Amino acid sequence: MTLALALRNLDRNRRRSLTTLAAVVVGTVALLLFGGYTRNIRYGLQMGFVRSSGHLQIQHKDYLLYGSGDPVTYGIAGYQHVMDVVRHDPVLAPMLTVVTPTLQLGGLAGNFEAGVSRTVLVTGADVDGQNQLRKWNDFGFPGVAAPLALTGTAGNAAVIGEGVARALQLCDALRVRNCAASNASRQQGRDSGDRALPKDIAALSEVEPAAQVGGAPTGSPPAGPRVELLAATARGAPNVASLAVVKAESQGVREFDDIYVGLHLAQAQRLIYAGDQPQVTAILLQLHHTSQIPAARARLEQLLATTFKADALEVHDYETLNPYYGQTISFFAAIFGFISILIGVIVLFTVGNTMSMAVVERTAEIGTLRAIGLRRAGVRGMFVTEGLLLGLAGTIAGIVVALILAYLINHGGITWTPPGRVDPVALTVRVWGEPAPMLGIMVTLTLVAAVSSWIPARRGASINIVTALRHV
Amino acid sequence: MSIVSTNPSLSVDRRSPTPAAVLTGVAKSYQVESVAVEALRGIDLMIRSQRVTVIAGPSGSGKTTLLNLIGCIDRPDRGQLIVAGTAVDELPDDALSDFRAENLGFVFQNFNLIPVLTAYENVEYPLRLVNMPPAQRRERVREVLASVGLSDHERRRPGQLSGGQQQRVAIARALAAAPRMILADEPTANLDSHTGAAIIELLQRLRRDHCVSVVISSHDPKVIAAADDTVIIRDGQRLSATCSLEAL
Repeated sequence: MTLALALRNLDRNRRRSLTTLAAVVVGTVALLLFGGYTRNIRYGLQMGFVRSSGHLQIQHKDYLLYGSGDPVTYGIAGYQHVMDVVRHDPVLAPMLTVVTPTLQLGGLAGNFEAGVSRTVLVTGADVDGQNQLRKWNDFGFPGVAAPLALTGTAGNAAVIGEGVARALQLCDALRVRNCAASNASRQQGRDSGDRALPKDIAALSEVEPAAQVGGAPTGSPPAGPRVELLAATARGAPNVASLAVVKAESQGVREFDDIYVGLHLAQAQRLIYAGDQPQVTAILLQLHHTSQIPAARARLEQLLATTFKADALEVHDYETLNPYYGQTISFFAAIFGFISILIGVIVLFTVGNTMSMAVVERTAEIGTLRAIGLRRAGVRGMFVTEGLLLGLAGTIAGIVVALILAYLINHGGITWTPPGRVDPVALTVRVWGEPAPMLGIMVTLTLVAAVSSWIPARRGASINIVTALRHV
Repeated sequence: MSIVSTNPSLSVDRRSPTPAAVLTGVAKSYQVESVAVEALRGIDLMIRSQRVTVIAGPSGSGKTTLLNLIGCIDRPDRGQLIVAGTAVDELPDDALSDFRAENLGFVFQNFNLIPVLTAYENVEYPLRLVNMPPAQRRERVREVLASVGLSDHERRRPGQLSGGQQQRVAIARALAAAPRMILADEPTANLDSHTGAAIIELLQRLRRDHCVSVVISSHDPKVIAAADDTVIIRDGQRLSATCSLEAL
């Protein structure tokens, strides 16, 4: 009866009820759409990081804090053994999709024909492993990730950031956009003339191809622009690799774009370790699902503390390795929280105002019901039920509207370029297939509506019966 | 017509040993802005069971206040109030609500039906409050609607009924939970004389058929004439036992 009475009372002031419902609907739609948008960004960022650097990384202890650019001190010597143990571990194996090594080092890249050079951050990667990483798509994003630009290239191939290409005056050869050479660089080029590779560097470079026997991927010898990459070996001696640049690729973030050089892992290892035992700076582990991180991490830490105790290794997740992820998520969470509070307050006042008016208008009715035996709690229940119904109906209608709008947005061909990305992506709001936020928003706003009706309901229930009956 | 004694002990109804209501030294005052208005000034009164008792008096005499106290929708400032054998002034609010639901029925001057409920549902409402099982409830609602002559109107809402029909629904609602006493505040005030007379006749018949006490506040001479007992009050005090209609 309470429910039927509440429904009919809402219907009694249809226009007012519809206005209140509209406020709840708009609030629900706003929260769901913005929530769906931020969720898509979160998933997109997570996917980007997991595709490039895995869910977890095994590194030498303190490499994260102190070892960047020092692959000699912080390298993992027996990395193949570590990878084998991890791959075949009965706990980890079912969770793993990829286990692949990587080596990062600092160096100096030079285009000596143009007389220019710059410091770079070199990433040596196992191409097959990286391409496997790029297949991860736990969130069902449309499209397939392009393979690593080093795929199918010769062992001495390199990919450089567009910023590096600009600095090394390789724009024309690598067809880099927005790359008119500066006056200074033109002058520098003229001054250098046909300047040849310095003899000492050339001598080092001549030694380097012989080391390719060490297992670099084979492929057709690339023609086109070349750079010389100078780095210090494990023994402290300079070493140079002559690299064929196959592509200049934007890295999304300018600072990274200006220093990035990607190589085959074997090439990078030769440069640093020369004839010594090759090492890596990290072993990347990708899992089937992000939710498996705690379990996988716990097992890895157990292995590192026992089997690999002597190797002084540690494990980090992608959030630790990429603080930008956490910062971005926090940023959007703060905006979402602010919007949520704003909408909650709007719903609170709208429903509260509607219920307050209802209490005033139905004061005589309250008196009658109380006189014939309805308890105060019954009066409160009556109005709170109306608030609950407004909240419930408003959020359900809001969910339906949000689903329709999300479908239209997702299929409307709208694109945008997210931070840290190069190409525009489809504007996507993740509302479909996300029952948890729908349920969360429905429960929260319905509760807000109930709470906001509680105050006028309490006031209505506390009215003296005689006073209420006299109310006109 | 008899006048109720000012001394409750002298007016015990022998046929029904428990009086409908006993008031001893009951006083009630209201605060109107900054002025305290004494509505009742120490009333002693006994309402006999299963009779039609009219509380009569001019406007502002305190008859509605008295009816509200007997109906347990207001509490006296002092004095003792016993309704259907229960000292109601000591009951907490929820218990008093339950007491009203089980023992009292109300008929209001403005009918006070719930506009969003049908005649059937209005009558059914008090039965839900006393947790009557659905089947029994259906039977009871139809029975009381039939007894007020509105069997054919059970699906109509108050807005679709005439004033007389609405008051009949209100009487049926008051009667539904088989209360020991029905309290009617100026039940004919908003009705034409013909309909008003019919309502009083109905209340008398229901009093007989359902063995219920009926207490009416009114200054309508026709209503007073129809009473078994009359309590006449003026300025918050009872007039003497010898009071007659002419005294009004």
